[in-house]
Amino acid sequence: MATSSNSLRTPLGKVRGLGSAKEGAHHFIVQRVTAIALIGLVPWFLVNLLSVARAPFETAQAFVAHPVNAILLLLLAGAAFWHMRLGLQVVVEDYIRKPMTKMALLILIGFVSVAATVAAAFAVLTLAV
Amino acid sequence: MATSAPAKSAPAKNAVRARPLSPHLSVWRWHWTMASSILHRATGTANAIGSLLVVGWLLALALGPEAYAAYQSFFGWWPVQIVLFGFTVAIMYHLANGIRHLVWDSGHGFNPKLSDATGLFCMAFGLFGAIAVWVFAGLVPGITLSQFGG
Repeated sequence: MATSSNSLRTPLGKVRGLGSAKEGAHHFIVQRVTAIALIGLVPWFLVNLLSVARAPFETAQAFVAHPVNAILLLLLAGAAFWHMRLGLQVVVEDYIRKPMTKMALLILIGFVSVAATVAAAFAVLTLAV
Repeated sequence: MATSAPAKSAPAKNAVRARPLSPHLSVWRWHWTMASSILHRATGTANAIGSLLVVGWLLALALGPEAYAAYQSFFGWWPVQIVLFGFTVAIMYHLANGIRHLVWDSGHGFNPKLSDATGLFCMAFGLFGAIAVWVFAGLVPGITLSQFGG
């Protein structure tokens, strides 16, 4: 074949693009989609958080308990910690060389991101429901 | 190197191809797009830590007035306020530079001069945007913007 190389992979296998990682585009796309969601959610939250954070307890409580705010906060937590997980994953994959350290950090990032999402959701629902 | 007999040429095993190299810090000249890339990762990592403080704020609020008062007094301490301002800068920079990345993903803005300029803009936006947010939220002592209704 004109396209001969050292690879044992068939042209079809190459086109499908499933290397040893088995996926690739999904990470890229979710990173972007969560980013687009955060463009709206983060400025909204930042201004409200900074305004409310110095107010009395009741004001802050009322802010989180408001249905619209509670829904937006849950969406923010989901998008932000998913985006965080994907971003930190790339940083670890790029800079950590030792396989065991890398694996341990990737698992830790997964735990922290899920725990943070659950904790934020618990707090919001406790206040809002 | 090239011969006119393609069929007999050996597999491209030994061919050295000019591939782009990673920006190894010891040999690369400092430039704006490099700095903006490094800052994007640094601020992203900082935001990860900062977001956990926000979860702490929500949990303190859910635990009740005593826990919330303790959290508030700690975050009102001026060294912590400086850290929080730093987090705001990190958020604003990462936000602006993230939009810059999305524009790049659409295939625009790769011209070197333009990408230098947008990188510099994102850095300025990070700093001045954070100042604007803090002033707007009434967090800067002595400056109140009551005309904004904040």
